Amino acid sequence: MSVSEAAPVQDNGAGTRTLPLGTRVTRALVPFAYLSPTVTLLLVLMVVPIIIVIGYSLQDAVITTKQSHFVGLENYIDILTSAKFRTALGNTIVFVVVSVVAHMLIGLGFALLLNSDAVSNVTQAVFRTIFVLPWLLTVAIIAILWRLLLNPNGVVNALLSALGVVSGQHEWLADPDLALAVVTFINIWSGYPFFMISILAGLQGIPRDLYEAAEVDGAGVLRRFWSITIPQLRPIIISMALLDVIWTSQQFALIWMTTGGGPLNKTEMLSTFTYKMAFSEYDFAGASASAVIILVLSMVLAFFYVRSQKARD
Amino acid sequence: MELRRREFGKMAATASALAALGLAGCGGGSEGEGGGEVTLEFAQWWEPELPDGTFRALMDQFEQENPGITVELLSGPYASTKEQLVAGAAAQTMPDVVGLDGAWVSDFAKQGAIADLTALMAEQGYDDGELASQVTIDGATYMIPVVNFVYPMFANMDLLESAGLTQMPSTREEFEETAKAVAATSPGVSGWALPLSLEAPNGAQNDIMSWVWASGGSMLTDDGKPKLVGNDDVKSASEFIKRLWDAGVVSPGAFTMKEQDKVEDFTNGRVGLMIDSLAHVHTIREGNPDLTFDISALPAVAGYDGERGMPYASWGIGVSGSTEHPAEAWKLVQFLMSAKVNASLSNDAKAFPGNTTATPDYVNSDEILKKAFEIWSAGRPANEFVGLPVSETLMRDFEEQFQAYLSGDIDVDTMLSNTQQAWDEAF
Repeated sequence: MSVSEAAPVQDNGAGTRTLPLGTRVTRALVPFAYLSPTVTLLLVLMVVPIIIVIGYSLQDAVITTKQSHFVGLENYIDILTSAKFRTALGNTIVFVVVSVVAHMLIGLGFALLLNSDAVSNVTQAVFRTIFVLPWLLTVAIIAILWRLLLNPNGVVNALLSALGVVSGQHEWLADPDLALAVVTFINIWSGYPFFMISILAGLQGIPRDLYEAAEVDGAGVLRRFWSITIPQLRPIIISMALLDVIWTSQQFALIWMTTGGGPLNKTEMLSTFTYKMAFSEYDFAGASASAVIILVLSMVLAFFYVRSQKARD
Repeated sequence: MELRRREFGKMAATASALAALGLAGCGGGSEGEGGGEVTLEFAQWWEPELPDGTFRALMDQFEQENPGITVELLSGPYASTKEQLVAGAAAQTMPDVVGLDGAWVSDFAKQGAIADLTALMAEQGYDDGELASQVTIDGATYMIPVVNFVYPMFANMDLLESAGLTQMPSTREEFEETAKAVAATSPGVSGWALPLSLEAPNGAQNDIMSWVWASGGSMLTDDGKPKLVGNDDVKSASEFIKRLWDAGVVSPGAFTMKEQDKVEDFTNGRVGLMIDSLAHVHTIREGNPDLTFDISALPAVAGYDGERGMPYASWGIGVSGSTEHPAEAWKLVQFLMSAKVNASLSNDAKAFPGNTTATPDYVNSDEILKKAFEIWSAGRPANEFVGLPVSETLMRDFEEQFQAYLSGDIDVDTMLSNTQQAWDEAF
């Protein structure tokens, strides 16, 4: 079409000019064109696999046999009534709650320390580096490191024996009474820097005027902490806590590489339970049902996270 | 937050992997090329465990002898090879030739993921008379052990000497006395290493059930079904290990100990006795050149004079059930099982050959390995987990119950009964 043949631009009477239909359609599609790679990736890598997994969870003996049948919710009933699943769920809840609370408290404590005027800049830089170290290590390194440290012949026993806290070769990861607490401790150690850094950023964003005004009004340190610091940090803390709950509930590598879910299933988590079902028992239908249950639980948490983010906006 | 996101992905990966398998199912098998050229994919964990370049050199030799066939090696660690094959089996995209562990065979065979080698051998007119063993399911061969790694008993002779002993134990009673004597030499030393990690539960096979096989016992009925309840052989072996446990001679950390931890403890002189793969002789020597150690057959019950079963693990080989080049794939299997090549591979791997006429050189040049060969020849290979369905799960089920038994939570009969129930469900 030549320029002279183009449809005339019309005024719609509201002071804006109406473009030709083709141009308007093209312009309307532009945002979708920009989005299309992302949408395609989401469809291929997330939506389709999730739908397939949901489909698997409603069949029997998928993948391992060429013919499988629709069994409805049978796999879900089997999983939910399984004692091992309940054990894994209970362990996961303990692991998640303790980890997240500890992450929050330690992260907040260290962030306050690093933000304090009482600590010199040099000291803050040194401690910031030290505190953030666990975050720099991959899960595999963390698992191997702590397995070596907590080995009955390892450094921890040697140090504690020298201090007279324990005697002999204590089995930290192999002791059924301690294993869950120990893997939780390792997870806390590896995860608190994330909270620390986020809260530190939040602390640095709180206007100093608020503290000065409160001080003038006679508010003490604790009063300023509860009435200014915590309310100002609340959105960050809630968001971080929800994200941490989701991530910690899906922790797999650390548990697998330190205890494998043992001893006596004391550290069995939903993630290790599902993995064993799929890649050890080849029960992919059951594993799919378990994965869908985890997905649903995660989506509930994700819903609260999104809601908290919206409220923050 | 990268680190946490990677973890986040792990669980999702389990779900996504399942689905990905379904998607991958649309893919094809190995790729044939024009002009009569064939590329065989060969997935295994062997290449990384062999001296650099040796396995590729064998493949080059195969390619020279078989013009038109190229071998693409897909090499990785044992665990990732297994996961790759599980995914490939599910999606019918398994590489043409695959390295197999006996514990996987039953499940792959039931899926139709690996080919019936009996039929393939018949088609190709192959005489299997030289094969030392074959793993069969319902009468058909699905895996051929290429080389075998035996698991004799290792003893730290320095520790035995410190305990005033010069002879390696030959019976369970002697083993108990030796282990106790060694453990008494120093607070940091244990008599025996017993790995019971649930992550890699092969301790059930190598360190527990091996006591049963050593004395001619079995954990199965004649028709290959689980037999634990009312099985005096398994019960007495379990009670024997419990006695060792209660006596405090087992090295600490057993419930999360893996095979490599056991080897490390032995290498560092922290444990007197262990049952381990002959493949670790080199590792032990390299880790502690000053360590004086010896090997022997596993101790048996007093008065037993039959052949002593010795656990073993194999580098098995199989052919994909969906390969487009079964004849070429078989050529590669046949090449690896030929006397000369098999001897060469055994030599590099420090393993026993799968071809009965192959004799690796190391047998005559190394005293420990020479002794192992004599023990192997005098005894019988024993591994009842080979060919069973979901073998790893069976081992894990056993270990979970065994941990409870050792902890004193349940008695031996309950342990055997619970395990029997779990095993019956798997069958």
